[in-house]
Amino acid sequence: MTTVETEIREGVDRETVETVQSVGERYKHGWSTDIEMEFAPKGLNPDIVRLISDKNGEPGWMTEWRLAAYERWTGMREPEWAMVNYPPVDYQEQYYYAKPKSMMERPKSLDEVDPKLLETYAKLGIPLKEQMILAGVEGAEAAPAEGRKVAVDAVFDSVSVGTTFQAELAKAGVIFCSISEAVRDHPDLVRKYLGSVVPPTDNYFATLNSAVFSDGSFVYVPPGVRCPMELSTYFRINAENTGQFERTLIIADKGSYVSYLEGCTAPQRDTHQLHAAVVELIAEEDAEIKYSTVQNWYPGDENGVGGIYNFVTKRADCRGDRSKVMWTQVETGSAVTWKYPSCILRGNESQGEFYSIAITNNWQQADTGTKMVHLGRNTRSRIVSKGISAGHAQNTYRGLVSMHPRAQGGRNYTQCDSLLIGDKCGAHTVPYIEVKNNSSRVEHEATTSKVDDDQLFYCRSRGMDEEEAVALVVNGFCKEVLQALPMEFAMEAQQLVAISLEGSVG
Amino acid sequence: MAVPATRPALPTDPLPGGAKWLRTARDAAAGRLAAMGLPQPRDEYWKFTRPDSLTQADVPAAALFDPREAPVFGEVDRIRLVFVDGVFAPDQSDDPAGENLEIARLAEIAETDIHWAAGLFGRLEADGHSPVARPLAALNTARASDGVAIRATGPVAKPVSLIYLHKSETSDAILHHLVKVEDGASLTLLENGPAAARFNKCMEVELGDGAAFNHVRAQGRDHERRAVTHAFARLGQGASYKSFTLTANGRLTRNEQVITLAGAGATAHVAGAALGDGAFHQDDTVFVHHAAPDCESRQVFKKVLRNGATGVFQGKILVDSVAQRTDGYQIAQALLLDGDSQFLVKPELEIYADDVKCSHGSTSGGVDVDARFYLMSRGIPRAEAEDLLVLSFLAEAIAEIEDATLAAEIHSRLAAWLERHRSGRR
Repeated sequence: MTTVETEIREGVDRETVETVQSVGERYKHGWSTDIEMEFAPKGLNPDIVRLISDKNGEPGWMTEWRLAAYERWTGMREPEWAMVNYPPVDYQEQYYYAKPKSMMERPKSLDEVDPKLLETYAKLGIPLKEQMILAGVEGAEAAPAEGRKVAVDAVFDSVSVGTTFQAELAKAGVIFCSISEAVRDHPDLVRKYLGSVVPPTDNYFATLNSAVFSDGSFVYVPPGVRCPMELSTYFRINAENTGQFERTLIIADKGSYVSYLEGCTAPQRDTHQLHAAVVELIAEEDAEIKYSTVQNWYPGDENGVGGIYNFVTKRADCRGDRSKVMWTQVETGSAVTWKYPSCILRGNESQGEFYSIAITNNWQQADTGTKMVHLGRNTRSRIVSKGISAGHAQNTYRGLVSMHPRAQGGRNYTQCDSLLIGDKCGAHTVPYIEVKNNSSRVEHEATTSKVDDDQLFYCRSRGMDEEEAVALVVNGFCKEVLQALPMEFAMEAQQLVAISLEGSVG
Repeated sequence: MAVPATRPALPTDPLPGGAKWLRTARDAAAGRLAAMGLPQPRDEYWKFTRPDSLTQADVPAAALFDPREAPVFGEVDRIRLVFVDGVFAPDQSDDPAGENLEIARLAEIAETDIHWAAGLFGRLEADGHSPVARPLAALNTARASDGVAIRATGPVAKPVSLIYLHKSETSDAILHHLVKVEDGASLTLLENGPAAARFNKCMEVELGDGAAFNHVRAQGRDHERRAVTHAFARLGQGASYKSFTLTANGRLTRNEQVITLAGAGATAHVAGAALGDGAFHQDDTVFVHHAAPDCESRQVFKKVLRNGATGVFQGKILVDSVAQRTDGYQIAQALLLDGDSQFLVKPELEIYADDVKCSHGSTSGGVDVDARFYLMSRGIPRAEAEDLLVLSFLAEAIAEIEDATLAAEIHSRLAAWLERHRSGRR
C-alpha cells in the first residue's frame, strides 16, 4: 500500500468513526422522510409488472422477461424449509412500486434532486460527502471529497436517486449506474448477463424479484481494469408497506478487479416490510470481485413488532479460470433473514470465499449461509461463519459444499461458530456436504458455546460494564470476519456489533 | 411433495390378531403411517438415499452369498438367537435363559394380555417422529410379526447375540425387538448377518436409571441385500448407551438411530465403520436429543469407499433449553479410495441452551500420499501401506467399542475385508 492510499484510508476511518459515534440510539436509522411518494396501486398482477417496466422506460424484451417471471411466480409456493417462523405475507397487500414524486421526471442533472432526499442521505450518515456531487455541483466530481473516494449509488424505496463519480469512473471505462439506466444505455450487456446467474425461475423470491424489480445497481468493469475506487450502494426502504426489490448486477471482465459495498437501512415501522433482492456477480477469467454487505434493516422492537423480512438471493458465477469472489456480510438487522450468498466455481482454479457475521437479538430470526459449488479443477473455497444469538432470537447457518466429480483437486475449509447469550435463544447449524471425487479435500468444523465467563470476568475486573465486556468478547469472536471487511466498513461494523447486542445482558 | 410411485408400494395395513395391546399399537402405527405416507425420493429427509427399493411391493432379489469365513462373534461366549429370513429358528438357537435375563419371542407373547413388553411396543417409535417422520419405522410396528423382547433386571453376564441368516433370494423380513434394561442393570447385545433380501428392523430400547446397554453389530456382507434399521432409545438418569455398527457391503443400508437423553447425566455414544466397494450405498442417520442437563453424547462415523460406493451421514444434535452443561460431539469422515465414490453429509446442530459445548466436524479426502510414501520408504508394499492407513483412519470409531475382545474381532474383520478387496477381489 502506498502512503497516499494509507492517508486516504485513515481519513475515511476518522469520518466513519465520527459518524457512528454520533449515534447513540438503539436503532439509529429509525426515521422516515416525509416526502411525497408516487405509488403504484397495491397488489401484484401483470398490469403492475407492465407499469413498473413502463415507468422505467424499458424496452419490450425486458417487459416480456418480467411478465414471464410473473407467470412463473404465480405457480410457485413460498419455501418453508428455513428455520424461520413468520405470519404469512400477503403479497397483494404490498406496494410494488414507490417513487419519490420529485423523481417522476428523471432529473437531467443531480441538482434537480429533491433537497429532502439529500437530507435523508445526510441523516443516513452515509459517508456522503459526495452530497455536493449528488446535488450536481459542476466540477465537484473532480475534487476528491475530503480525500474520500467511494462512488455511491443510492436506492430510495424503489428508485435509484443518484450515482456519484460516474464521470470519473467512465474515464477508467467502468460503468456504474442504476440498473434501469443500464437497461436503457447498455442493453447488450444487460441482456447478456441478467438472469444468467440467478435465472428468473430460480426460487420463489428470485422469481418475484425478476417480475417486479424496480431498480438497483449495475457495474461493468472492462478487461484489465482495476476499478479506481470502492463502489457503494445504499438501499433504504422508506414508505410504509412498500416492498423493496432491488436487483444488482456486477460484471468483472477478464483480469479486472472491483470492490463493492452495500449498506441497508429502513425506518421503524409497526408493520413488517418486505425486501426481496437479487444480486448476480459474474467474474470472468482472472477477475476478482469483493462484495461486502452491512445489512442493518430495521430488526423490529424488543417485542418482535415490525421489522424487515429480508429474502435475498445472492449468487456469484466464477466463470473464468482463476477468477475470485469474496462475499463478506455483517447481518445485524431484519426481523427475518433468508439469505445464502453463493459461489459457482466453474472456472479452473477459481476461488470463492464467504465471511459472515450474523447477529440476532430480541425476536430476530436469521437463516443464512452459503453454497460453494465446485465444478472446475483445483477450485478452492473458504467459509467462515460466526453466528451470535441473544434474547429470544434464532440463528441458523445453512450451507452447501459440493464437489462435482469433475472438480479434481478441489479444496474447501468451513468453520462455523455459534455463540449463545442467554437461554431463550437458539443457534443451529445445517450444513450439506457432497463430495463426489477423491482428489478433493473438504473440512468442516462447527462449534457452539457461550460467552466465556473468565473472559467476561477479566473485562469486568478492568472496570468495563457488562455490556461493554460482552461487546468486546463478541468482537473478538468475530474478528476473522471483521478483518475481511474493507476498512470503510470494518469500524462501522464493530460498532454495529455492540449496538445490536444492547439489552442482551443483565 | 407426493410423487406418484412408479411401482406399487408394499402393503401398509396393520397385521391382524394378537392381544389388545398389540392390536392397539399396530393400528396406531398404521394410522401414523397413513398420515405421513411412505418416504418419497423428493423428501428432504431422503435427499441422499433413494427409498424406492425399500417401499416397493416386490422385493428386489438378492443372490445368496457365502462369505467363506468364520462367522462374526464365533469365539464369543453368548446366548445365540437365530432368525432365518426373519423367522425365528428355535432348533439353531440356544436356550434363551440366564441370570437377570428374560427373553421372549414377539410371536409368542402376541396373544398374552399381560406382559411388560406391552408398555414398550411402539411407544418409543411413536415418540420418534419428531423432527422428521420415519414412516418405515411405523410400518415396522404395524407389520412386524416376530422379534424378541429382552429384559435385563440386573447385570447380565453373557451377551445376547441375534444372528440373521439369509437363505431365500426374495425374502422380505420385518423384525421388531424390544429391549428393557432396568435401573442399575446392564446388557450387551450383539447382532450380525444380512437377515434377508430386504430387511426392515426396528428396535426400541428403554434404559432405566443407571442402566448400561452395549450394542455391537456387524451387518452382513451380502452384496445385494437391502436393509433399513431403526433404533429408538430412551435413557434414564445416568444411563449409558453405547452402540457400534460395522457395515461391509450390501446394496443399500439405511441405519437410523433416535436417542433421547431423558435423565440427567446420561451418556450416549454411537459409532460406525462402513466399508463399501462397488454398488454400495450406506446411510447413517442419527438424531440425538438432549432433553436433560449434564448429558454427554458422541457420534463417530467413518466410511471407506471405492468403486462408486456412496456413504451418507445425516446427524443431528438437538439440545433443549433445559439441557444445560451438555457435551455434544459429532464427527463424520470419509476416505475415498478412488475418484468414483461419493460422501454426502448433513451434520446438524440445533441448540436452545447457552451453557453447552457442542461441536461437529466432517472431513473427506483421499489417502494421504505423504503418509503412504513414508510407509513405502520403510519397505511396506503400497497395498499394505494403504490398508494400514485405512485401519488407522477407522481406529477412532473402533475405539468406541468398550469390550476389548469385541473391538479386536471388529478390527480383524476390517483388516480381512481390506485385504480381500485389495486388488478388486471380493
